[in-house]
Amino acid sequence: MFNYFFKRIVFGLLTIWFLITATFFAMHMIPADPLGGDKALPAEIKQNLQQYYGLDKPLPQQYVIYLNKILHGDFGYSYTQQNRRVNDIIREHFPVSALLGVMALSFASLGGILLGAITAHFRHRWPDALVMAIVIASISVPSFVFAALAQLAILGLNDLLERPLLPVAGWGSFSHILVPSMILGLGTLAYITRMMRANLIDVMKSDFIRTAHAKGLSQARIFWRHQLRNALLPVVTILGPAVAAVTTGGFVVEQVFAIPGLGRYFVQAVAQLDYTVIMGTTVFYGSFLVLMVVLVDLLYGLIDPRIRLAGTDR
Amino acid sequence: MTVRSASIPAVSAVDFELLEKPSTETSTVSAAPPRPTLFRALIRNPVTVFAATVVASVLLMTLLGPLFWSVDPARQNMAEISLPPIAKRSAQLVGYNRTWRGEHVPVSDSEFRPASELVAVTGLRTVQANTEGVRIAWQKIAGARTYHIFRHELEPSGPFDLGIPLGQVDAGQLYYEDRLGLQQKNYFYSVVAGDEREISKNSSMILVRPHPAISYWDAQLAGLIDENHQGIEGEVIELPAHPLGTDYLGRDIFARLMQGARTSLFIGLCAPFLFIGFGCVYGAVSGYLGGWVDHWMMRVVDFVIALPFLLFMILFKIMFGIGPGESGVLPMLIALVLLSWPDSARLVRGQVLQLREQAYVDAARLLGGSHAYIIRAHLLPNVASVLLVSFSFAIPAAIFTEAFLSFIGLGVVPPTPSWGSMCNDGIRTLLTHPHELLFPATMISLTVLSFNLLGDGLRDALDGRTSL
Amino acid sequence: MYQLLHRYPINPLAVYLFLCLFSSTLLAAAVDYEQQRIAIALTAEPPNLDSAKTTDSISILVLSHINEGLLRYDQQGDLTAAVALQWEMDDKQVRFQLRQNARWSDGQAVTAADFVHAWRRVVDPANASSYAFLMYPVKNARAINRGELPPSALGVKAVSDHELLVELERPCAYFFSLMAFPTYFPQRQDFVDAQGKRYAADANNLLFNGPFTLEQWVHGASLRLKKNPRYWDQKVIRLKQINIDHITSDTGALLNLFKNDEIAITDLGAETLQTALQSRLQMHKFPTGYLYFVRFNLRKGHLTSNRSFRRAMQAVFDAESYTNKVVARPGVLPGRSLFPKSVRGAKESFRHEHPLPAVEISLKKGRALLVQAKQELGLTDIPPLVLLTSDSPAALRHAEYLQNLFRMTLGLEIRLDRQIAKQFWAKEDDGEFDMTISGWGPDYDDAMTFGDLFASWNQNNRGQYRNADYDHWVEVAQNSLDAQTRMQAFDHMQKRISDDAVILPLFESALIYVQHPQLKGVARYRFGGDLNFRFAEVVKP
Repeated sequence: MFNYFFKRIVFGLLTIWFLITATFFAMHMIPADPLGGDKALPAEIKQNLQQYYGLDKPLPQQYVIYLNKILHGDFGYSYTQQNRRVNDIIREHFPVSALLGVMALSFASLGGILLGAITAHFRHRWPDALVMAIVIASISVPSFVFAALAQLAILGLNDLLERPLLPVAGWGSFSHILVPSMILGLGTLAYITRMMRANLIDVMKSDFIRTAHAKGLSQARIFWRHQLRNALLPVVTILGPAVAAVTTGGFVVEQVFAIPGLGRYFVQAVAQLDYTVIMGTTVFYGSFLVLMVVLVDLLYGLIDPRIRLAGTDR
Repeated sequence: MTVRSASIPAVSAVDFELLEKPSTETSTVSAAPPRPTLFRALIRNPVTVFAATVVASVLLMTLLGPLFWSVDPARQNMAEISLPPIAKRSAQLVGYNRTWRGEHVPVSDSEFRPASELVAVTGLRTVQANTEGVRIAWQKIAGARTYHIFRHELEPSGPFDLGIPLGQVDAGQLYYEDRLGLQQKNYFYSVVAGDEREISKNSSMILVRPHPAISYWDAQLAGLIDENHQGIEGEVIELPAHPLGTDYLGRDIFARLMQGARTSLFIGLCAPFLFIGFGCVYGAVSGYLGGWVDHWMMRVVDFVIALPFLLFMILFKIMFGIGPGESGVLPMLIALVLLSWPDSARLVRGQVLQLREQAYVDAARLLGGSHAYIIRAHLLPNVASVLLVSFSFAIPAAIFTEAFLSFIGLGVVPPTPSWGSMCNDGIRTLLTHPHELLFPATMISLTVLSFNLLGDGLRDALDGRTSL
Repeated sequence: MYQLLHRYPINPLAVYLFLCLFSSTLLAAAVDYEQQRIAIALTAEPPNLDSAKTTDSISILVLSHINEGLLRYDQQGDLTAAVALQWEMDDKQVRFQLRQNARWSDGQAVTAADFVHAWRRVVDPANASSYAFLMYPVKNARAINRGELPPSALGVKAVSDHELLVELERPCAYFFSLMAFPTYFPQRQDFVDAQGKRYAADANNLLFNGPFTLEQWVHGASLRLKKNPRYWDQKVIRLKQINIDHITSDTGALLNLFKNDEIAITDLGAETLQTALQSRLQMHKFPTGYLYFVRFNLRKGHLTSNRSFRRAMQAVFDAESYTNKVVARPGVLPGRSLFPKSVRGAKESFRHEHPLPAVEISLKKGRALLVQAKQELGLTDIPPLVLLTSDSPAALRHAEYLQNLFRMTLGLEIRLDRQIAKQFWAKEDDGEFDMTISGWGPDYDDAMTFGDLFASWNQNNRGQYRNADYDHWVEVAQNSLDAQTRMQAFDHMQKRISDDAVILPLFESALIYVQHPQLKGVARYRFGGDLNFRFAEVVKP
């Protein structure tokens, strides 16, 4: 048992090291000068800047310095925002992405479970067909198109009500999160709906539900206590990867709705070749992902001994 | 969200592999000769048939479309920018008379008066009005230092609603020629007198509807007339039809959609084919060899899975770079393959591991079957159906990835169009020229939808439980 | 559905709470007359509010509200007194008398020593300021930046608390215009030293001497500017608060915000113009003084180093038709000269005083020049050319247009090389292109900001145009303080650039913007931070 946990953790750390190395060299292979600008700089200024950021040293040395810094939990200073530490950037902007992600996921799970229940209940009748059609169609539209359309819809709604009910973009209050998180959660919602529907239909056919009916339990009680609970279990298992995916995947929504999340920072950093921010964000997100996977593995290991055996790969 | 939505099932499918072991085992084994039943199951499902039809017609359009609609997708026409769907129509050829001079009058500095004292301009009239230029002129009013020209597309409702500020001229000039993006619709021109800083509240307005025209220069560039064309001013030529309208450079959207389909479908089909192929071989080798080789090969898979997909997609895209004249399809393909193969590798390895345990495989081996025979006769048929499903889900994911990269400006390089980049161009003019977004977005959605439905149909047909 | 609700009861409290969350959203209006408060949006987060190091327009916009240099621009864009009360200049030195009542936001006086400290910080190589070259007119600045002299050798001296003496490297006609640029703003030593590397990282790491103070800065999300009660000229400042609650560059989103009454002013893109028109919004325009042009590579080995070849392309590019139909933004002028129309001449606009005749646009002439170029180059066919562009949608649009234009007119094959901004600049610097789509905006209020662009020693001369005659006229303009002589020199330069087709001017940019009708007195500048609310106020509805 301990051996398995230990292995998972060591392996997680190894993965993160691999991630750091891969990102570091991938980034330095990009043929451009991160310190360049639209105005050509005199040689001496370029040199000063290179010294300032330690870019004048040979690449292996830079790599060692960087690793050493990361071991001390320091991602360095940003190139574009010269007086801000990458640690601060992550600390300030990750919670935004995370909140958006959590909201999206809550929307997706609640909505998905509800829709799944509706479709399963009305199986092969028109509400089922309608909901499924909408769900499948909605994940077939590129998210940036959807986001732009949603923005227009808000504007139309406000025009119709003749008062600003919802903000068009920005960040700061609950009303700012509402629409973006819905759009972000749509894909997961569709997935959960389909899973929920399939699970519920399976559960409905099973013996213990028939027994419950026979016992004379009320429809509502059977649904809440038996059907829903049993159908939910598999859904819970996908939440781990979904958290990571939703949190790291908010670029588009953050861009369109002007939300100061880490995803938007990453896209900007790439355009600016802001080495330290690119590195910091990638390493952070990568570690987050690895952590999630290891955590889920460990949890499963605790819950289900079969997995632990399979996990050791014989 | 879109890209992710496809990646979640992929991740979780692996998780389920272990949980659902008994059911998959029975289903895959019982479906030993899968092909004929699979096909029959597929055509029994009307949704699948619909999806297959859409996919087939999109492919057909891409391959055969240019035979029927032989418009050059790269040809620009400055006289037809951002037009909605439009039929053939005629336009007047006009010369390129750049130095139109109207009436100039002498003015002296002493007569200028503040804006608040200025009256409305009189004698406002149209001298000429076609889509190559609207010429208006007016009479001098006393005390004006400047005249400001505005253009509206709705009837002005007050002194602050005069529309686009086109420009201003000094007091001596009593005319203006507007050539700014003119189309064949009603324009309300207003001329207001002003002092150095402010304008009067009294304006004069004139309604002008330019008639369609095209300059010699534009007609030549668009290949509508011969370059030695000796036309007379005012000669009428025919402008081509555009069934889906034109884009911001006057290019035919229908032709571009067909060419863009090639890019999008190439990426959408090639990338999954390549990474599933690679993953397949990798997984098979790993599972078949087993032992420490398998162990380490799976560690590599875990490494690659740990890379955040979109982040690395962006990084790789930039790292590989796009040389001059290249479309950038290849780097995108490489990046996609590099990041997407592990899922199918794990899937195939799982299948191989299961099969190794099967009695009939042992029997085949005992009977002297070679590795190649076992792989061909037992492994492939079993794995093929699973791969087919993941293939059909990988296609929409790849198409979405291309669209996403285009959205953040890392898509294919113009003039090569793709649906994603066309959407990205169109999204900015969503309100004014919705057709520029509508058509490519519809194509993406329709194709993605069809492949998703096709995947569902395949899975249902393969799966014992057809409840989904 | 009714059946479903009936069977699975939903908690009414939950429904109520949900509705509450929905309706409790109270949005602040874009302008508030009582509070004299406005809300605006920025297109990006200000990357660096350290005035000694900053380079970008967003930071400069914010800095020009919260800090102030020796001089500043008035509402018409003319230089006027700020911290300096009086100033005089000769060929060798400049003397500034500082006002006694200029204060930092913590109450201490702004002194000459604060300028000396800030300027030394700019040129100190250890600080690696990208814009240190703006300080080069000051004596020894370059040598210090190269590490050859200590920062204390900089030619600036605090004669007393309120008198500053600057020694110049050479005569500099536009030196005063530089004084309004943030690189020359004051910084107080004790405060900067106390903040260390975190100086200007957050609102509380900054000290202000401008009309506003930065009260709050939530990175990437919002900034709050408040009127500075200690500002020496605070009685003319009407606005009490500026809220920046939105940071986005999406012109569609910005217009939506404006229409939703969440921001009081925003620029329109070519795309959103039509929407604004349909919504009957009052539009204003402002020429930014930016020139966009095609830069030719004149390095040896590039076809574009042949003058006839460049002139052939010049002869088939019709800037007017292009500007009107493709750029299609009101106020944008077709490119013609190196010097945009907004550049000042001796008295009026430089272009008004020295008009440049238009180049004749003709297919016949273009093709004749191409034949001549082929002969001179000894080629029968012209190999493909590389057009380098950045990945901005606008630049790509120009590139696509030119690609088609030169294909249809001269039969040239143009290959696009699209790169992200940093790679674009790296390639442009290294000369890896035949043509690029470039732009240049004025840094200071003098024609020299464009004029010395093509001097053979200028590093921004990325196409490496080398012409002794041109260099001569640049030197004439640089070493003179006489307006007439200088304007003559600039006229020679613009003719040279046009005759040699060193660049292909595309267009002179302009902004179209919408502004809340209650918001008055907004100033727009071509340099030193566009969009200034110093004179702004909210009038009665």
